[in-house]
Amino acid sequence: MKVKMLSRNPDNYVRETKLDLQRVPRNYDPTLHPFEVPREYVRALNATKLERVFAKPFLASLDGHRDGVNCLAKHPKSLATVLSGACDGEVRIWNLTKRTCIRTVQAHEGFVRGICTRFCGTSFFTVGDDKTVKQWKMDGPNYGEEEEPLHTILGKTVYTGIDHHWKEPVFATCGQQVDIWDEQRTSPICSMTWGFDSISSVKFNPIETFLLGSCASDRNIVLYDMRQATPLKKVILDMRTNTICWNPMEAFIFTAANEDFNLYTFDMRALDTPVMVHMDHVSAVLDVDYSPTGKEFVSASFDKSIRIFPVEKSRSREVYHTKRMQHVICVKWTSDSKYIMCGSDEMNIRLWKANASEKLGVLTSREKAAKDYNQKLKEKFQHYPQVKRIARHRHLPKSIYSQIQEQRVMKEARRRKEVNRIKHSKPGSVPVVSEKKKHIVAVVK
Amino acid sequence: MSATRASKSLLALSQQEELEDLPKEDDDDPLNTSEDEGNSDGERKHQKFLEAIVSLDGKNRRKLAERSEASLKVSEFNVSSEGSGEKLVLSDLLGPGKASSSLSSVKKQLNRVKAKKTVELPLHKEEIARIHREVAFNKTSQTLSKWDPIVVKNRQAEQLVFPLNKEPAAFAPIEHTLSGWKARTPLEQEVFNLLNKNKQPVTDPLLTPMEKASLKAMSLEEAKMRRAELQRARALQSYYEAKARREKKIKSKKYHKVLKKEKAKKTLKDFEVLQKVDPAAALEELEKIETARMMERMSLKHQNSGKWAKSKAIMAKYDLEARQAMQEQLAKNKELTQKLQATSESEEEKGNSEEEGEVLVPDVVNEIQMNGDGPNPWMLRSRPSDTRKIEVQKEPEHLPEPVANEASESEEEERPVAGEEETLLKEFEERRQLRKKSELSQDAEPANIRETKDSSSQEMLSELKSLSQKLSRADQQPRKQKVRSVGPGPQGQREEPAEEEEEPMLFQRPERVQTIEEVEELGRDESLQPMELPSHVPEGQPLERNTSDQPSTPKGKKRKEPMIDLQSLLTAKSSSVKSLAIPTAVQEDEEERAQKQMINEAFAGDDVIQEFLKEKRVAVEASKPKAVDLTLPGWGEWGGVGLKPSARKRRRFLIRAPKGPPRKDRSLPNVIINEERNIHAAAHQVQVLPYPFTHHHQYERTIQTPIGSTWNTQRAFQKLTTPKVVTKPGHIIKPIKAEDVGYRSSSRSDLSVVQRNPPKRLTSHHKEQLKKNSAH
Repeated sequence: MKVKMLSRNPDNYVRETKLDLQRVPRNYDPTLHPFEVPREYVRALNATKLERVFAKPFLASLDGHRDGVNCLAKHPKSLATVLSGACDGEVRIWNLTKRTCIRTVQAHEGFVRGICTRFCGTSFFTVGDDKTVKQWKMDGPNYGEEEEPLHTILGKTVYTGIDHHWKEPVFATCGQQVDIWDEQRTSPICSMTWGFDSISSVKFNPIETFLLGSCASDRNIVLYDMRQATPLKKVILDMRTNTICWNPMEAFIFTAANEDFNLYTFDMRALDTPVMVHMDHVSAVLDVDYSPTGKEFVSASFDKSIRIFPVEKSRSREVYHTKRMQHVICVKWTSDSKYIMCGSDEMNIRLWKANASEKLGVLTSREKAAKDYNQKLKEKFQHYPQVKRIARHRHLPKSIYSQIQEQRVMKEARRRKEVNRIKHSKPGSVPVVSEKKKHIVAVVK
Repeated sequence: MSATRASKSLLALSQQEELEDLPKEDDDDPLNTSEDEGNSDGERKHQKFLEAIVSLDGKNRRKLAERSEASLKVSEFNVSSEGSGEKLVLSDLLGPGKASSSLSSVKKQLNRVKAKKTVELPLHKEEIARIHREVAFNKTSQTLSKWDPIVVKNRQAEQLVFPLNKEPAAFAPIEHTLSGWKARTPLEQEVFNLLNKNKQPVTDPLLTPMEKASLKAMSLEEAKMRRAELQRARALQSYYEAKARREKKIKSKKYHKVLKKEKAKKTLKDFEVLQKVDPAAALEELEKIETARMMERMSLKHQNSGKWAKSKAIMAKYDLEARQAMQEQLAKNKELTQKLQATSESEEEKGNSEEEGEVLVPDVVNEIQMNGDGPNPWMLRSRPSDTRKIEVQKEPEHLPEPVANEASESEEEERPVAGEEETLLKEFEERRQLRKKSELSQDAEPANIRETKDSSSQEMLSELKSLSQKLSRADQQPRKQKVRSVGPGPQGQREEPAEEEEEPMLFQRPERVQTIEEVEELGRDESLQPMELPSHVPEGQPLERNTSDQPSTPKGKKRKEPMIDLQSLLTAKSSSVKSLAIPTAVQEDEEERAQKQMINEAFAGDDVIQEFLKEKRVAVEASKPKAVDLTLPGWGEWGGVGLKPSARKRRRFLIRAPKGPPRKDRSLPNVIINEERNIHAAAHQVQVLPYPFTHHHQYERTIQTPIGSTWNTQRAFQKLTTPKVVTKPGHIIKPIKAEDVGYRSSSRSDLSVVQRNPPKRLTSHHKEQLKKNSAH
């Protein structure tokens, strides 16, 4: 008699080592797994809710300054090191992993207006209200040595900002004019002016390193070419721009933080229309910094909050605030794109997560897969009203909340008036100006 | 722009050179008039007064002198011609005084001035700066535009992994790092000496000199040739292996039979040849054949103990063919088991030759014998029942067909054997090709999918043909009957089976039990007149369509079948599929039947379909718009208990609701579609089409493709859930560099350029560029 036996290949179900996961045979017949859309929808909804539940972005507060923090700088080689300058002329260097201050320098009398690190990370530069530019060693003085700057340059006027070249021993300061300095010399190798203004900030382009951008108090943004020692173009906006930041992945894109509560992202080749107008702040935007991935940027505002904007969106995806955080003056995105630091009026530097609900530390592969899946689900169902509502919901301090309401009313009134004006005048006589063009006064060649 | 400016300046220059020798009378100029207003006005008044007095007498009235202005526009800077506002040119002034020679020197001077070229006026400082800026900006824009493709690529990338610059993990070989190292201690020196003596590598430990020498032993060409040879041999081997495997895989018994037969024939031929050429070798061959026969005899193949034989034994009671087959096999057995008697040489020769054929190819012989009236014993088995059935149904057209069939087959049998084999082999080949083609064309032609599928499935089933054909035919007939009784009974269909039958069996393919058209037609017909069919038959009764027990089912029931309405038809959808599988698994079918019976018993009271219909009727009624009755009892007539408003009144005040749109489920008997908007569901629905989508179909499609691992394989799941941006914790992401993306970064440093650039002057090149810009 022939006996039929079931025979199976052990390769199909026996794991190689006991550390492997058990192989679970699955039948992917769609009839066995019905209702895929409703099930995924529920999963997306749960993922969105969990994201909000686990959104705890605040990590640490670094206190020690005795006056408002006026400027921040990242270390180019070390993720854990941060430099900050305060309004009393004190510069502190912090260790983020230990969350302690590792060095304190009384750098200037009066404000520390600007601080920047050298591209190699061995020294840093500060400018202050005492009309000096000082270069400091990154490492502290040895025992018995005095805390002294490497070089000090005494200028004629107050310098309001400083930035270092990304590859060469050159730095730029701004004040009455933009000066380009060689590190070895005590006088600028070239100075560029266009009109007479106090220039509030100057930034080197990180990709095409000979380009500079500056913003002045007469509401304009001026671009310079260091190699040709000439300004390139000037755009005049409605209100003053406080600072600009270049996109580290796209050479010609920069974002300007404006007094009129908005941020403007420009393509520097076409300054007459910004690529995007980012609006959500309810007070002047004081600082902006790009994520090193170039996909997002963070902005600090006078309205005591910081916001994270995707580059291609006009609305922010995240807002961070704390009860004790006052006007945020400076903000930086760390070089690993995971954290955000902000320095504010009330002498503290705060450390935030860039993704509020992200789990810190090492993820197992399954955790990672689940995270990716949840992320994709949220993306897929983002337009569903329930998902949208939960994902968008943020608790805001009362001041910001009421301001938003108020400004919404104002904006609506303005819009209505405009619509009425167009409606009641001869067709074509009142031009419709887009929101992007509305804030640009002129482009000067 | 500069050109216009230059021309202007030239004009101004020429204007300055024009002579200004006319007296200036500046009426416009307020400064001049105010000065001599005082005295001149007084005089004029006095004069007028005197004249007026003189004119009083009326006799010598003097005509008043007309006064006219020399020019409408009088300017301090140039002379204008009279009234017209045109400019006075120097030559105009000189024109009338042609005769006088004193002016000739002036003329010469004038010509000289005209001939002289003017130098361009230097541009304004700001203007120069502006030009500089513009030129620099254009240059910078150009350098920046090289980033465009990279930016676009990064923006559209499915995934970006940061940091972007993956540094290749280049490990320096150890000898490089050790090159600076030298033996210092005595022990080290000793070791080195030893190594050197044995010619072991000291600095380059990868290969010893021996190894290097052995490497060089075989030249490259040789090695290559050898490798190619080996490759060819391997390829050939694998090819033959594959071929053998392919042939072995062919399941068709017939194919193998034919193959065997052919082989036998070949050996026979060889044997005959051998007999003539080399009798000794032929004898050996003969012995071999004898041993083969003995093997055959020893085997239990003809002992009625095989599966086939057993089944035949069961069927032999009822089936003539089976009985015959069994008898044949018994005869065979007897023949084999008989002892061989020694016979005369000639007889032996003859017998041998006869036997050889049988012994060598016993199966084939068997087959031929059985194929006396058909290619397959299974088909023969079921034929009589078929014919019987046909007789019962009294359809004369069907009667001749088995006869014709048999005739054709017998004809085929009578043909020369070799020819048959060839045709058979050819046919197998053809079928295989056809199968391949149909598989291909399934992908290629979506329009013909159904047909090709049909044919391919037929091809697939060609091996099972003999099994299924009879049964399928048996199954087809009642269904066709039904079609006829329901629909208007197309003539073509009626003739179809007859044609089919007339084909020789070999070329016939098993028909699909129920073609799609038939099913569709059925559905259409039923849907056209669903109400006409009264539910005579109780709905819950399952359809018994199993072909195995069909012959036993009474004729009356078959007649009833077409009366069963659509609802019951819907439940019996899969019968056609079943019918193919049934003959191979009779037991299963019985089990199924038993289960069905059990289910029927268990749910005897439940009339689910009836309930559903009722429910649907209620739903349809509820969804119909209601008429509003506005009659008030007691108005305009007597009211009270037991009194009803009059019919006329009721008719008058009844507002009939307009007929609503047709229900969506009106043609779907087994579905209730609720067309009311559900508010609770609406809260979870997207109201507006999201931005990048242009049509709601696109959006729905993206939503409907699941991404979870429940619905996708692991690989697909991973691919679907790849995050857009991946960053590694603890890694510094530097700004993108030209070198990273394959561009050459500017070789000269920014600094050196700055230092070399003194404050510049406007070059001719810049001017050209500027002119271009202004022209735009």
